[in-house]
Amino acid sequence: MPTDPTPPSDRTPPTDSTPPTDSTPATDSTPILEMRGITKSFPGVKALQDVTMTVSRGQVHAICGENGAGKSTLMKVLSGVYPHGGYQGEIVFEGQPCHFKNIRDSEQRGIVIIHQELALSPYLSIAENIFLGNERSTRGVMRWTQTNKEAARLLATVGLDEQPDTKIVDLGVGKQQLVEIAKALSKQVRLLILDEPTAALNEQDSAHLLGLLRNLRQQGITSIMISHKLNEIAAIADTTTIIRDGRCIETLDMHGPEPVTEDRIIRGMVGRDLAHRFPEHTPRIGEELLRIEDWTVHHPIDHGRVVVEDATVTVRRGEIVGLAGLMGAGRTELAMSVFGRSYGTGISGRIFLHGKEVRLRTVNEAIRNGIAYATEDRKRYGLNLIEDIKRNISSARLEKVSHLGVMDSPAEVAKANGFRKEMNIKAESVDVPTGKLSGGNQQKVVLSKWLFAEPEVLILDEPTRGIDVGAKYEIYEIINTLADAGKGVLVISSELPELLGICDRIYAMSQGRITGEMPRAEATQEGLMRYMTMEKNGASR
Amino acid sequence: MSASTLEQPPKTGKGDGGGGSAITAYLSQNLQQYGMMAALVVIVVLFQIMTDNRLLYPNNVASLIQENAYVLILTIGMVMVIVAGHIDLSVGSVVAFIGGLCALMITDWNLPWLLAVVLSIAVGGLVGCWQGFWIAYVGIPAFIVTLGGMLLFRGLAIVMVGTTVAGLPGGFNAISNHSLPNALGFIGQLDGLTLVIGAVAIAGLTLTQWRSRRALIRNDLRVEPFAAFIGKIVVSVAVIGYITYLLAKSAGGTPIVLMIVGLLTILYTFVMSNTVFGRHIYAMGGNLPAAKLSGVKTERVNFLIFVNMGMLAGVAAVVTTSRAGAAVAAAGQNFELDSIAAAFIGGTAVTGGIGKVFGAIIGALIMGVLNMGLSIMSVDPAWQQAIKGLVLIAAVAFDIVNKRRASAS
Repeated sequence: MPTDPTPPSDRTPPTDSTPPTDSTPATDSTPILEMRGITKSFPGVKALQDVTMTVSRGQVHAICGENGAGKSTLMKVLSGVYPHGGYQGEIVFEGQPCHFKNIRDSEQRGIVIIHQELALSPYLSIAENIFLGNERSTRGVMRWTQTNKEAARLLATVGLDEQPDTKIVDLGVGKQQLVEIAKALSKQVRLLILDEPTAALNEQDSAHLLGLLRNLRQQGITSIMISHKLNEIAAIADTTTIIRDGRCIETLDMHGPEPVTEDRIIRGMVGRDLAHRFPEHTPRIGEELLRIEDWTVHHPIDHGRVVVEDATVTVRRGEIVGLAGLMGAGRTELAMSVFGRSYGTGISGRIFLHGKEVRLRTVNEAIRNGIAYATEDRKRYGLNLIEDIKRNISSARLEKVSHLGVMDSPAEVAKANGFRKEMNIKAESVDVPTGKLSGGNQQKVVLSKWLFAEPEVLILDEPTRGIDVGAKYEIYEIINTLADAGKGVLVISSELPELLGICDRIYAMSQGRITGEMPRAEATQEGLMRYMTMEKNGASR
Repeated sequence: MSASTLEQPPKTGKGDGGGGSAITAYLSQNLQQYGMMAALVVIVVLFQIMTDNRLLYPNNVASLIQENAYVLILTIGMVMVIVAGHIDLSVGSVVAFIGGLCALMITDWNLPWLLAVVLSIAVGGLVGCWQGFWIAYVGIPAFIVTLGGMLLFRGLAIVMVGTTVAGLPGGFNAISNHSLPNALGFIGQLDGLTLVIGAVAIAGLTLTQWRSRRALIRNDLRVEPFAAFIGKIVVSVAVIGYITYLLAKSAGGTPIVLMIVGLLTILYTFVMSNTVFGRHIYAMGGNLPAAKLSGVKTERVNFLIFVNMGMLAGVAAVVTTSRAGAAVAAAGQNFELDSIAAAFIGGTAVTGGIGKVFGAIIGALIMGVLNMGLSIMSVDPAWQQAIKGLVLIAAVAFDIVNKRRASAS
């Protein structure tokens, strides 16, 4: 529940109490948006629970929270991605209750959301993208002059120095972001929602974007900004709402009498107790199994962009090592590039297994050398959903249940049945297609698949994403068992309590670099979060 | 396999033999699987009536197989191509090209016809290497590469053959026109060897079905209700028995191409369901990124799929040329469309990942019976084509509606 249910503007309008900074010509004191008691459930998960939030007119309102806290879900409820009726609670926008059935409905009221993954059509021009779905036309015939003229005007507003007929593919991410904002402006936006707008931007582009948001604020456009970058929030936000575990924790007035520090925000983001959510485990740690040294990876398409920089990571026998980081920190990219170069280009660095240097040029070589990588996106990259459990389990190492290329089906079934019992996969038989299983059981199939391959080191990317608490506990137990069996486990997770609960040692990553390393005894959420939000300083640039 | 099999799995273990409701439920859940077989039976019965019982004249059955062997052979390769998520538009032209080459090897180069047949299949493999290289290693979509192949090989066939190369030896022409020799004499009016082959087929089918059911039960996997199992066996035995009877009564006995098609069907059913290669094809069609992240060498598998398709096109070329008794530059017209249609009618998923050799064979037989029945009725070839088009759409529509029904329940 919000500790501060009254909207800040009712209490202390910033224009009165603060010196005239560049903020808030809030002449109208009624809030532009109220969301009351929003609850949204997915099968097995309550993503939002009784969230109440008020956004004042003409402000930049920041929303903070860990990955998976429910920020994006809240914005999807607001913008009609999750239609009215699919959630409880009410939304009042400019004094009118809202029942959006889709994004179009919310856009007609002037609520425009810009998603993290930009939704521009790459081979169309800037002007075409700006007016996509909203074309300047007469009876179905395009009016190109007007289209390009209006686009040019909007580009000037957002400060983008490009011709309207330039194709989107020829623009960098920062400029694409500006095109998105121009597109929002073309729709007469009243409330602009930006989901992690600067996550993929460099400092210059970020600074430009923040400047633009300030300008828009002066023109009376209200913005909601989801961000992980606490320094940016401190620089631009008028109000900050903190969300954790699907609940609204508190709303901070950034211009209040008491200054809001980054530490203050971090405390709100992570504070919760850890009792009994993790099985007890005493590690028996042995010699070094895996060592990744000076690992650098470039973006697969944008070859100039460094995604992982000089990362060094070690995993020892029987050890559970955590890799913490916010979205876009480069954790998955690090893991996948190590796993047979399945991500990235321009990869440099060295990998040692048992102290011996190895080259893992293909996934096959990685698997044969004893590395397994269980993906964060099991539906897209982990499982063949139209195939059954047994065929998924055997798929990474078919040679173990075949002779001279011919499958030994009884052996395959027997192995699969073994895993079904051992892992407690809840399915009637190993004949059930994995698409019919719940998230937790799918994850157990993914783990079985990689255990079947008999690796020495397992990299588990978000092993408990999207599964319920009970299944999470089972997954933790499996991870402990693996470590006890002498394997090395590297766990990537966005849930800090999870890392603190199960790992023996934790690395933190930020912007492609390993920014910190803490043994279990010393690690705290606040400490990790500080490393995870560490910006690149001048030295690296 | 259709989505409907997934919804409410039938009971494991021995099943409850008698319960009629269990069987009805089972059949409705497996509508797709048995639907096409039922459709085949319905079409056969329909034509049997409309042709005044002429469709199932013994000699007509034999020639139905001989006339349509090419679809059956090509469809086997096409299922693998489509399951992997590709398409092959070139097979008709490749058949003409290799058929021409085969005839020239015999008539101009004076090679023994058996050697020419072996070389033809090898050349088919080379054609597959050519297309597989572009698709697998360069990454050009199969649609484009095989569209190019369709033009390329048709052109080469015309350059090579002119219009016709005739004068092929009797041994070669026998492949598609003759039957196995009457080695075991007659029993009554029936060809002894055909009866033996029929008996072996029935015994083999029953035995393998029985053993696979036993293995399923032993491993605690889903099996169909016992009555459905028995019913399936009885129906298959009856169908094979009846076909055997008809063929044994026909002028020659068992057509040689039936043996070729039969052996290929058994071989490729095994490849698709029991080998690592087959498993990789399904894995790639079902989820390509997941297959890559499981260490499947996707380039190599794609390459081999097209090499295999080329070799089967070589076999089809031999069969087609032998049937005609001559190589024709225009041979193989629309063969690619026939085999693609047969694969889809047989339940292969347009999106890849799903499809069985046996299903595709049923699909090809539906096409074959349509061809035969309509020909017996002397329907205009233009109308034949139109009717086949409608059947294709109807079959796939049935599949999609059936899946939607299953996922809605």
